[in-house]
Amino acid sequence: MLQTGLEHIESEQAFKDTLADNENVMVCCGRMGPMCLPVYDIMEALTPDYPHVAFRDMAFDEPVGRVIRSLPETRGFMGLPFTVYFKNGKVVAATSGIQTMEQVTAVLDEKFGAGR
Amino acid sequence: MSTDYDIVILGAGPAGLTAGIYAARARRSVLVLDNGSVGGQMVLTEKVANYPGVTETSGRELSQVMAQQARSFGCEVKAFARVAEVDLTGDVKAVTLKNGTRVTTKAVIIASGGVPRKLGVEGEERFVGQGISFCATCDGEFFTGRPIAVIGGGNSALEESVSLSKYASRVTVIHEFDHFQAEAWAVAEARANDKISFLMNQRVLAFTGQSGLAAVRSADKETGAVTETLVDGCFVFIGYVPNSGAFEGQVKLNERGEVVTDEELRTSLPGVFAAGDVRHKRVRQITTAVADGTVAALSALEYLNELAA
Ligand SMILES: Cc1cc2nc3c(=O)[nH]c(=O)nc-3n(C[C@H](O)[C@H](O)[C@H](O)COP(=O)(O)OP(=O)(O)OC[C@H]3O[C@@H](n4cnc5c(N)ncnc54)[C@H](O)[C@@H]3O)c2cc1C
Repeated sequence: MLQTGLEHIESEQAFKDTLADNENVMVCCGRMGPMCLPVYDIMEALTPDYPHVAFRDMAFDEPVGRVIRSLPETRGFMGLPFTVYFKNGKVVAATSGIQTMEQVTAVLDEKFGAGR
Repeated sequence: MSTDYDIVILGAGPAGLTAGIYAARARRSVLVLDNGSVGGQMVLTEKVANYPGVTETSGRELSQVMAQQARSFGCEVKAFARVAEVDLTGDVKAVTLKNGTRVTTKAVIIASGGVPRKLGVEGEERFVGQGISFCATCDGEFFTGRPIAVIGGGNSALEESVSLSKYASRVTVIHEFDHFQAEAWAVAEARANDKISFLMNQRVLAFTGQSGLAAVRSADKETGAVTETLVDGCFVFIGYVPNSGAFEGQVKLNERGEVVTDEELRTSLPGVFAAGDVRHKRVRQITTAVADGTVAALSALEYLNELAA
């Protein structure tokens, strides 16, 4: 269980529902570790500026983490966290390892449209 | 957020937060701005066991306590502030954020710390997260039973080589000199480990591979002989570079880009102070950053008192 201020995805059904209910979704799949915490912080900070994006996290080691770990787009990833961006249920970008605010906003702006 | 403060602190790592505690406790209006998360490099530290008075804690927790302590004295702390421009030259200093907010102040403490140094060679950016990593505790297990390289020769490189040897099939330490910078005990521990071998006096030329990292190419600095070390992963621990780009051309920097200060942590500009890893010094730890934050805040307070006299 992750201790963040983000909404957690805790089951495969919740994952499916999140993708079905939201056009733009960013999921950060990680642990409470040093490379993951900054990414969760960035997502929390961006939430008010990107109302058109659903920001979610997911525990890498829980069974639900499989939905991210087994994606073709994350094959070969060897750095936590695995961050995946979905548009209309389809993967449009995926990154491995710690990211900066600039790297995250660059993907959000390009794939989902600029924030406020 | 107001737009005029007695003191603005750039950076919310241990140096900046400590300066915030001291300056706000002296009843000055203080704003700490950080381009990233509160805590700076502390957040990247899974376990802090050398901060006196706290037997063991996580860097995250220590950051949160420091920020809470600063806020309890009235210090404002803003993470992800996105500082766009800093003008330190006049009597009134100005900091402009990307959202257009312009903050003015009489004194600035630069506490912007550092970031991991990169090699700047072919393939480095491409394989980050797909073979290249900067965190052994985070990513070590992805390399279970697989060969890896560790680049560097300081304490971090050798200590992490030993901890990574628990996962990896073998660890090749690639270092740029013919001797290590690490302390003798760290060298001895690495040398005693059967899984660890050493490739010394090397200049790393490139990271190569198709979909993932497959090899580190390096050359002997004396003979030029090229070695391809076949690996699935590579951990890079080659020190840090100061976050001083925003202040270049304003305060004096040394040849490594570190802010030059005197004993009172004054920079070359009146009303501008520097604390922590961003400044020229030898030992970069949380304790030394905290000590710097204290000195810089007290010097800034003295400067404000002199201005008012
Ligand atoms: C993996 C790792 C493990 C470590 N382990 C230990 C340990 O166990 N014990 C120990 O004592 N030390 C440890 N250290 C070292 C310690 O973390 C640093 O020495 C210390 O954090 C430096 O503090 P600082 O406040 O000077 O800078 P930092 O912690 O680097 O903080 C600087 C802050 O400034 C921000 N910033 C940068 N540019 C700007 C700008 N232009 N405007 C506004 N903000 C800006 C950054 O986002 C950052 O948050 C470790 C470091 C690392 C990387």
